[in-house]
Amino acid sequence: MSSPPTFDHRPELAGRAADPTGPLPSSPLRVSVDLNRCQAYAQCCYAAPDHFVLHGREALFYDPAPSAADRVEIERARVACPVQAIQVEVPGSNDR
Amino acid sequence: MRDTSERAVVVGASLAGLRGAESLRRAGFAGPITLVGAEAHAPYDRPPLSKHVLTGAVSADATTLPQLTPLDAAWRLGTAATRLDRRNRVVVLADGEAIAYDRLLIATGARARAWPDAGEGRLGGVHTLRDRDDAAALRRALAARPNRVLVIGGGFIGCEVAASCRVLGLPVTVVEPGPTLLARVLGRHLGSVVAAMHEGLGVVVRSGVKVEGLEDDGTGHVVRARLADGTAIAASLIVVALGAVRNTEWLEGSGLAFDSGGIDCDADGYVLDEVGRPDTRIAAAGDVARFPHPLYGGRRVALEHWGHAVAQGEHAGRLLAGAGPGTPYAELPAFWSSQGGVTIKSVGLTQGADCLVIARGDPKQGRFLAVYGRDGRSVAAVSFDCARWLPAYAEQISAGKPFPPIRDGTDRGPFAVLSPDFPEEDR
Repeated sequence: MSSPPTFDHRPELAGRAADPTGPLPSSPLRVSVDLNRCQAYAQCCYAAPDHFVLHGREALFYDPAPSAADRVEIERARVACPVQAIQVEVPGSNDR
Repeated sequence: MRDTSERAVVVGASLAGLRGAESLRRAGFAGPITLVGAEAHAPYDRPPLSKHVLTGAVSADATTLPQLTPLDAAWRLGTAATRLDRRNRVVVLADGEAIAYDRLLIATGARARAWPDAGEGRLGGVHTLRDRDDAAALRRALAARPNRVLVIGGGFIGCEVAASCRVLGLPVTVVEPGPTLLARVLGRHLGSVVAAMHEGLGVVVRSGVKVEGLEDDGTGHVVRARLADGTAIAASLIVVALGAVRNTEWLEGSGLAFDSGGIDCDADGYVLDEVGRPDTRIAAAGDVARFPHPLYGGRRVALEHWGHAVAQGEHAGRLLAGAGPGTPYAELPAFWSSQGGVTIKSVGLTQGADCLVIARGDPKQGRFLAVYGRDGRSVAAVSFDCARWLPAYAEQISAGKPFPPIRDGTDRGPFAVLSPDFPEEDR
């Protein structure tokens, strides 16, 4: 049996910046997908292939805590979803 | 709209509680909001806990939910509410703090039903799965490669755990006292399709038999389960998946109508007191709320569905914010489950259905949609890897259309009307 893909959530990688001397890592993005709504059009898988993967015919596997550095890709996936099933919180936008 | 001096309290820092608090704000509620949570964690998403967290693909602490509306709220996490005093309008917490409310949302959810023998339930290697910490503990236990995992209970959680074990290549047995997997929700007809699917994954399915007892190795770690038919299953990891109990004990003495099956609400979503009068300062949402569903003849249901927690939380937030006239909560129940790469989705309530048609596809091919009927009406539809057809059927079910719906929409010819074949005790 092939081993399942994994998303790396090691804290030191969260918010990893292109410049290693850059600012300290920030909190990850928060992503949730309404899988009642999802109909496996897989547009998110094209828009952000490192964070959205289709298993089987219509089981969407997604990264609930992508690095803040991947914000543009995640936003592209959110916007590309034909049924608008993807919800994203950007770090710093809320009070928690 | 409410006075800005009004205070709102949300008990249950859950999906329903978070979406409820956001909805209060979106509806214009400007007073202080406090969210109380028994767990130390900010609201998190449960669906990954029985799937990708167990396989190690996602870590348990990555499941924190996105917050979609700025809340400007006070948080009391890691402290359970222990008492509700409606006369003085305060919620009392485990540490003695009393929080005053003018509007209260109850979203305390449910917990896993424990193994009936408390001593056996405390043995090492015996797990339940409901919370984030449960999932993290079970993940650690699976990563230690047990000789066999025994799942007690063939409902959705049990099936998802078993499928996750197979992803990890672990030997796993599911013992289900009913006639087959998922029989209570889907009936024997589709339940047997699920059982065949799991057998195809390499899960050993033992249905129609109960686990009588758990035995340890002499050091307090489980090694074996005894079954009612005299056989035994050797397993060093047991997952007790026997459903959920609602978290309502803290309402003792509140004068509200509740039991282990939920807190009673009226059609608008306000909680009811012991003589059936609504308390219009208090609403409930999510797993803990038992309410009359208008689509099902006002039958009182408490639904443990993700989409329901969102929709009813949002409904309760609007209600408590005083936004607009009260309208009955009538969201069509819907859920999904993913097992062994197959996605099962359901809309409506199958309970009490007396007939079934396969409206699309073919169970033998693994991809199909079934419609359940009751008293001549379409009441539910279930798809196996066939989700794009589901919204059309959801619309028909919401509109109370006859069974079977959409007669002319397929090239299948006349439907063969089958029996869903629910187990007797659930009739």
